[in-house]
Amino acid sequence: MKLLRRIPRPLWCGLAILAVMLAFSIAPDLFAPYDPLGFDFAALKAPPSLAHPFGTDQFGRDMLSRTIAATVVDLQIALFATMFPGLLGTLIGLLIGWYGGIADTIFGRLVDLVVTFPFLVLVIAIVAILGPGLTNMYIAVTIVGWVAYARLMRSEVMVQKNGEYIAACKVLGYSTPRILFQHILPNAIRPVMVYSVTDMALAILLGSSLGYLGLGAQPPTAEWGVLIADGKNYLTTEPWIVLFPGAVIVLAGLGFSLTGDGLADLLEVKR
Amino acid sequence: MSAPLLQVDGLAVTFATPRGNVHAVDGVSFDVAEGEVLGIVGESGSGKSVSLRAIPRLLHANATVRGRVLWRGQDLHAMDDEALRQVRGGQIATVFQEPMSALNPVLPIGLQIDEVLVAHTTMDRAARRRRGIELLGLVGIASAATRLDQYPHEFSGGMRQRAMIAIALAASPALLLADEPTTALDVTIQDQILKLLLRLVAELRMSLVLVTHDLGVIAETCDRVAVMYAGRLCETGGVVDVFERPRHAYTHALLRSMPGEGAARSMLVPIPGQPPRIDAPVVGCAFAPRCAMVEARCATERPALLAQGTGHASACHAAARLAEAAA
Repeated sequence: MKLLRRIPRPLWCGLAILAVMLAFSIAPDLFAPYDPLGFDFAALKAPPSLAHPFGTDQFGRDMLSRTIAATVVDLQIALFATMFPGLLGTLIGLLIGWYGGIADTIFGRLVDLVVTFPFLVLVIAIVAILGPGLTNMYIAVTIVGWVAYARLMRSEVMVQKNGEYIAACKVLGYSTPRILFQHILPNAIRPVMVYSVTDMALAILLGSSLGYLGLGAQPPTAEWGVLIADGKNYLTTEPWIVLFPGAVIVLAGLGFSLTGDGLADLLEVKR
Repeated sequence: MSAPLLQVDGLAVTFATPRGNVHAVDGVSFDVAEGEVLGIVGESGSGKSVSLRAIPRLLHANATVRGRVLWRGQDLHAMDDEALRQVRGGQIATVFQEPMSALNPVLPIGLQIDEVLVAHTTMDRAARRRRGIELLGLVGIASAATRLDQYPHEFSGGMRQRAMIAIALAASPALLLADEPTTALDVTIQDQILKLLLRLVAELRMSLVLVTHDLGVIAETCDRVAVMYAGRLCETGGVVDVFERPRHAYTHALLRSMPGEGAARSMLVPIPGQPPRIDAPVVGCAFAPRCAMVEARCATERPALLAQGTGHASACHAAARLAEAAA
């Protein structure tokens, strides 16, 4: 109960937004009034109305249903595009922070290399080589994104490994894997956890950017970026096709950002 | 008499720093017999903690160690890592100065005891739990069963040090290394922890190496004492021998600078000056510049550690004069 009262207000708002999104993605059929892939030639590009609150697109598909159906895809992107680089980066950062030496030097140069390229450009380049699609997008994001996690983890491990309790672990005769995973990891993981939530906001934006560019989720899969790409030709005449998915992207980004900031406050992580 | 449990022979530790090599420990030798309590005493920077940490090879990568540390005849510094891990925690355990930072803040105390048992014994889960409760009882922590599930921040300073000792004792080591175990605690707790350590040493027939800067602690607790100054061993011997018949000018001066049994309000005799810089090798006796009994050769010739009686040795050119003055 004490913890519950300490939860900052931004965290509540963020969690509330995410909870709604999560509900949409778990049971889209409960909330979507129409089949997201069903054509309705009687209502092509219909403006928002009571029957179609978000309007319909050029095939008469209900935009509200499509936006809701897209939630599961975009949340999946937010999760996977954060989890894979997060796991890889955490592991590498843990090992490099612990062992240091030549591996650390090489890592430093590698970081310089990766941060020199704009993130999105590098991801697009890799997806272009591998071919479009969600799987290849995850691979690309992992290749580029692990660096940020590894840096965070490395610096935290460097602090923790000089702690007296690690010296205590050594003189108690613990093996190195045991010290690394049982003792250092739980103490060093906090900044990574906070960053990963913020990173999910970026992952949503990245996923929809790539979807928009035709490099991420492929039509007719409903994905917010894909929806915007579909509607971009009608932007001047039927703006609602783009407007509502766009607003939902903003909302999702806000949800993750608020959650990330709130967590940072709660866990007292300095950034 | 059988061979001593631990033999430290000609131990020297040099730290490579950006500003040159620091000679933190320079030729220290001592033995610890079974069931014996050895005190290492010296002022800050005298190398006592570094000497202790060099025993289980717990120094940073920039340290160069020379000399031998023999544990039951095996050189710990020549051992492979796997064998060393068996000795660490299993046979030689260490208690640190700061109980807060030496406990992992995110794991309950019980789990931290459990881990030692997993690493060094073959007990099953239930047996480990029983042993955990038994250990907390042994170090005087009440309601051990509930305490096991608590985190270090829920313990007070003295309780944390007790928990630290319980963790160290978990695998029934033969030797306990204690690096100023009471310095971070307030005085009443200090006394409790020292009494606890002594009781455990007697009950469990362990040996103890106790590092401290407090001569009073040494006098109360130790069988033998090693006095260190500027990384060198000045004098070793039985506590009574060293305290009543010091054969090193530094020990002599140190004892005179303590409030003793003499008349109240009598003047203490401080030692003037500062310890020497140890970023270059010290020529001659390290204490010579501050010594009241200095002679010409002290500045050039390093005194050898010479026997001054049974189990009593000192490295001082003035040892003979100290003996005459006392007689």
